[in-house]
Amino acid sequence: MKVDLSKYEFSDHESNEVDDLTRLEKGEQESMKMAGFDVSEKNTSASFVQIDHNHAFCKSYDPGVEILPLGLALSIDEGLADLQWNLLKPDKDEFTRLAADNTHGGYVIRIKKGAKLSAPVQSCLMMHTNKVGQNVHNLIIVEEGAEAHILSGCTTTEADQSAAHIGISEFYVEKNASLTFTMVHNWGENVEVRPRSAGQVEAGGIFLSNYISLKPVRNLQMNPLITLKGAGSIARFNSVVVSTENTFMDVGNRVILDAADTRTEIISHAIAAGGHIIARGHIQANCSPAKGHLECQGLLLNNGIIQAIPELDGRAEGVELSHEAAVGKIAKEELEYLMIRGLDEEEASSAIVRGFLNIDIMGLPPELKTEIDKAVTESQKSMF
Amino acid sequence: MITLENLHVSIQGNPVLEGINLSIDDGETVILFGPNGSGKTTLLYTIMGIGNYDVTEGRILFDDEDITSLPVHKRARKGIGMSMQRPPSIHGLKTRGLVAMCAGERKIDIDTLAKKVNLETFLDRDINLGFSGGEIKRSEILQLLAQQPDLLLFDEPESGVDVENMDLIGNMIRELLEGNPEPDAEHTMNELMHERKTSGLIITHTGYILDYIAADRGHVLYDGHLCCADNPKRILDHLKKYGYKECIRCLS
Ligand SMILES: Nc1ncnc2c1ncn2[C@@H]1O[C@H](COP(=O)(O)OP(=O)(O)OP(=O)(O)O)[C@@H](O)[C@H]1O
Ligand SMILES: [Mg+2]
Repeated sequence: MKVDLSKYEFSDHESNEVDDLTRLEKGEQESMKMAGFDVSEKNTSASFVQIDHNHAFCKSYDPGVEILPLGLALSIDEGLADLQWNLLKPDKDEFTRLAADNTHGGYVIRIKKGAKLSAPVQSCLMMHTNKVGQNVHNLIIVEEGAEAHILSGCTTTEADQSAAHIGISEFYVEKNASLTFTMVHNWGENVEVRPRSAGQVEAGGIFLSNYISLKPVRNLQMNPLITLKGAGSIARFNSVVVSTENTFMDVGNRVILDAADTRTEIISHAIAAGGHIIARGHIQANCSPAKGHLECQGLLLNNGIIQAIPELDGRAEGVELSHEAAVGKIAKEELEYLMIRGLDEEEASSAIVRGFLNIDIMGLPPELKTEIDKAVTESQKSMF
Repeated sequence: MITLENLHVSIQGNPVLEGINLSIDDGETVILFGPNGSGKTTLLYTIMGIGNYDVTEGRILFDDEDITSLPVHKRARKGIGMSMQRPPSIHGLKTRGLVAMCAGERKIDIDTLAKKVNLETFLDRDINLGFSGGEIKRSEILQLLAQQPDLLLFDEPESGVDVENMDLIGNMIRELLEGNPEPDAEHTMNELMHERKTSGLIITHTGYILDYIAADRGHVLYDGHLCCADNPKRILDHLKKYGYKECIRCLS
């Protein structure tokens, strides 16, 4: 599905910086919350907020985290230039080209060597103005032996607002470091989205990715690539997406197992409730031993469409790659099992869908989990 | 409690049950024997209203009401409960959540109930996912303890259960059927036993369950027909000696 970029305004929407998040408009705060951002910063190592074309807030509360707006970071640290447009290239497609020519900022998060953060780092990329087009570029560096959970929420201020978001992200997980990256999308029916992400994980490193999108979005396409460069590195992906009517999502994950003893697991749960989802997964194994598993579970409701496209590409003898995909309506056996306990068909369906969208495995902070639970309840209104 | 009148049931056009007549009174427990594939599970499913079975003739009365075409959940709410032989697992649905739903409006103490069947540590696991055979049986019983049906349908509660767990399961089934009667100043044990209303229909191959409960009657389901009506222990002895081949003579 094409995006007509000429419809959006990619300049002149500079926002003001605030020194206190509670100074943001109520509507902004509300939508940030729905994208998993805690304005009260109760349990936060660092916060970053971008509104339209520049940052509105950026603070670190933990000496283990360095967080800066992209422009400032590049001017202070010359070495960073080597990390920008390193894993991704500007000439990849029209969106990377646009973002390279006209970057509106974004964040640079560096977790310092050996730092093990007790609280998550949170960021929110918000589009506030109607018809705004936002290009951000984020760099995430988790230095050797460091551990962090980064929450990255993306949202529009209004649910019915028209906007386009192009987000470039490059992840560097160094030796024996561990990064959990949780992305929550809280878009609306008139939003077009093109995230472009790539990452590399060095020896002994762990990259855990969580992705949640329960709201409508007109047209979203992404297929981030993670390369497991170092021996013994691991990447795991869990995603939960719901596509209601007029929502088109082409989402996937690609992993290259490029060293011995690397492992990956990509698990996605997708519900097309009247919408259209293309669920991709691609594991390429270049070295042995290496293990990869792809799992795509798709539920169809209200004439939704799911196209699951799993790809396994083994290039070394001794690799173990597998996939499992199932697309269909709610299983009759499961429905009946709940109905013999007294639930009517709608209650039973709703309990099954709620279970299907369960995110316990992601290990999210309780506030975010509550927010997601609310969103699940809300999304069920358009399912049955 | 329940009456099956001339019940004929087909699966995809193939007749499986051919004219079943069976009546179970309030407080009565009936044991159902029968060779593999004879239609026992079909009978239970048909009473519960699940599966792809078509009732082609006859009817099912529950407390004198015709429930032959009543939706499953309404049968459950009227008081029919079932322990399944191979229940499905449901991703993300925690055992605790399902047990809570089984109780409906009733207030229950889930942790205490779970302790009774040694499933305390299973409450936060996805229902049936990776449960062993014996654990599945106990989880079915846990759900029934929360649901408290008046008519209990058990599909082979002993299969795949070890000796110790058999004790647990047998005792829990007795409790489900007979309650936990405790005589006091106003009620003798005898009175309490007569007040009980819960009925049971239990499928068994081994008859182990008979060591734990007082069953009133046994039947053999053979080739879609119900034959024999006798003391279940006597039927079991007979089956052990002669197998099911004598049933043919009984039927003809
Ligand atoms: N979906 C189906 N399609 C076709 N035949 C079926 C289907 N389900 C069950 N049957 C057949 O119906 C007959 C009765 O099956 P049922 O499961 O009721 O037997 P059972 O008495 O419970 O056996 P067991 O002791 O092995 O559990 C069997 O021959 C079985 O193969
Ligand atoms: Mg059976």
